[in-house]
Amino acid sequence: MKTTKEEYAVLCKQALPHSPVAKDCAWAFCVGGAICALGQILLDAYGALGFEKADAGTLTSATLVALSAVATALGWYQKLASKAGAGTLVPITGFANAVVSPAIEFKREGLITGTGAKMFTIAGPVIVYGMLASTVWGVARHFLWG
Amino acid sequence: MRKGDVIVLEHLPAAVAYAAGGGRRELDGPLGSAFDIAERDTRFGQKTWEMAESELARRTLETAFGKVPHDIGTPDVVFAGDLQCQCTASGYAMRSEDVPFAGLYGACSTMAESAALAACLVDGGFAACAAAMASSHFCAAERQFRTPLGYGAKRTPTAQWTVTGAGAVVLASGRGPRVRAVQFGRVRDLGVFDASNMGAAMAPAAAETLVRYFDATGETPDAFDAVYTGDLGAVGSNLLGSLLELEGVRLQNHRDCGLEIYGRTAPGSGASGAGCSAAVLCGHILPMLARGEMRRVLFLATGALMSQTTSLQGESIPGVAHLVEFCSEEAMACS
Amino acid sequence: MQLIRAFVVGGALCVIGQLLLDYTGLTPARILTGFVVAGVALSALGLYGPLADFAGAGATVPLLGFGHLLAQGAVEAVEEKGLLGALTGGFTAAAGGVTASLVCGFLAALFSRSRDQS
Repeated sequence: MKTTKEEYAVLCKQALPHSPVAKDCAWAFCVGGAICALGQILLDAYGALGFEKADAGTLTSATLVALSAVATALGWYQKLASKAGAGTLVPITGFANAVVSPAIEFKREGLITGTGAKMFTIAGPVIVYGMLASTVWGVARHFLWG
Repeated sequence: MRKGDVIVLEHLPAAVAYAAGGGRRELDGPLGSAFDIAERDTRFGQKTWEMAESELARRTLETAFGKVPHDIGTPDVVFAGDLQCQCTASGYAMRSEDVPFAGLYGACSTMAESAALAACLVDGGFAACAAAMASSHFCAAERQFRTPLGYGAKRTPTAQWTVTGAGAVVLASGRGPRVRAVQFGRVRDLGVFDASNMGAAMAPAAAETLVRYFDATGETPDAFDAVYTGDLGAVGSNLLGSLLELEGVRLQNHRDCGLEIYGRTAPGSGASGAGCSAAVLCGHILPMLARGEMRRVLFLATGALMSQTTSLQGESIPGVAHLVEFCSEEAMACS
Repeated sequence: MQLIRAFVVGGALCVIGQLLLDYTGLTPARILTGFVVAGVALSALGLYGPLADFAGAGATVPLLGFGHLLAQGAVEAVEEKGLLGALTGGFTAAAGGVTASLVCGFLAALFSRSRDQS
């Protein structure tokens, strides 16, 4: 065959179907916005119950995580995500889904060697690089403004 | 006899028995009614997805064995493969069969690879009867190569959907559609890196095999009722057409197993998986040849030969395409 | 009013994620990681705090907010304990969300099983 890698790259680019960006974004906006609005309702409710701001925030996160876990266990979160894309990925419910789904999936490989070992296969990097960044910022803060 | 890469068979072994199996989504597709194993529970009564695939493969193989005419006897060897790590679906399926077994890995090209090897053995007289099988399972593939089933991810439009399916064919001298020639493909890599665009990664290998076949045999695409590729999907099929046009080959009777099995309901770019071309061959193509609805067919199964590790290490995706030429009994008589 | 602001800002942050998915070919795992690190950076630059005040849950529920939480935790701990705080602040602030996910993951694994999505 005579076609070179460069020529094929051009062919591939032409053949690439485009994502329906407008539709994808509309879904992401509505579903992502709705999850955040639910968070706001929870935040206000915990505030009204007398929790201070930081605790209300933590309780809101925990509640959203629990709701996401239930939806994941029932197979609903994946179905919603197949339409909502980043709308279900970016909120904290997406983080919970990334923890809960491997925990369920790899149960057959054992509670320790499956669920325990693989729970953070997807979400692990988020924690690793989040913590690294916060440590760097903490050190910088100490020496620059300390 | 060899013509270039093409092995032209002397005795034209017959597909004396074949069976196909599929899961829920496959049964709802346009070929659903053709499956021998038709179970809506994709666990197939097993506890894990890996064993579910193995059970589907075992039942498909036993169904094919059951259809072999009594005067032919049991197969001397089974060539089988699947997508699971270390080829376990086939290996575990063969636990309950007292037949010599050679496990193969050719990714989604496995059905053509196994059928070609079985045909060569029968034609050369090294086996009176040989079987070929391939299988895949959506859930086993997702959890091993992609993400957990419950993980929320939106598929890209180029992504292909792994078929839950299996196909098995038994070759021997007898009645049935014939294998006229086989060709093992050369590995081709034109620098596609996207593991969710495997059709594009495999199209060059398919084009290479086809161009070499037509060059070596002097045949033209019009001589065939159809040229089936196994799982290029919509994107890969387009690219195959473009590549062949650059080589001066016009392929007007091209069909892709990855587009046939789900029809218009295909998710993303179409279907894939070793079981896709296997189920389409054994549930659709061979029955059509047996009924005389088609006379000559090229069956070309394509495989993407990467792993999760090579993908993460930033390697591009090599492809391979093996070819098996089938004809109906009537067409054989004419030639 | 606060509810509408949360909806619009939260939705807009998700749209940024969707545009990255559609146009850059970045995998979801990379986008999530990028969002958290970007959240730490925006917080450090003093940009995310005002957004969180304006949009409430619309800014704190997306993973950028998780990064903001980590950065705030680090700052508070450093102010309280000095350099040691850089090591403890992030995890302390993130403890609630991470532990909730972990506990829910374990419980879900006990009471649920893998489902065919096809």
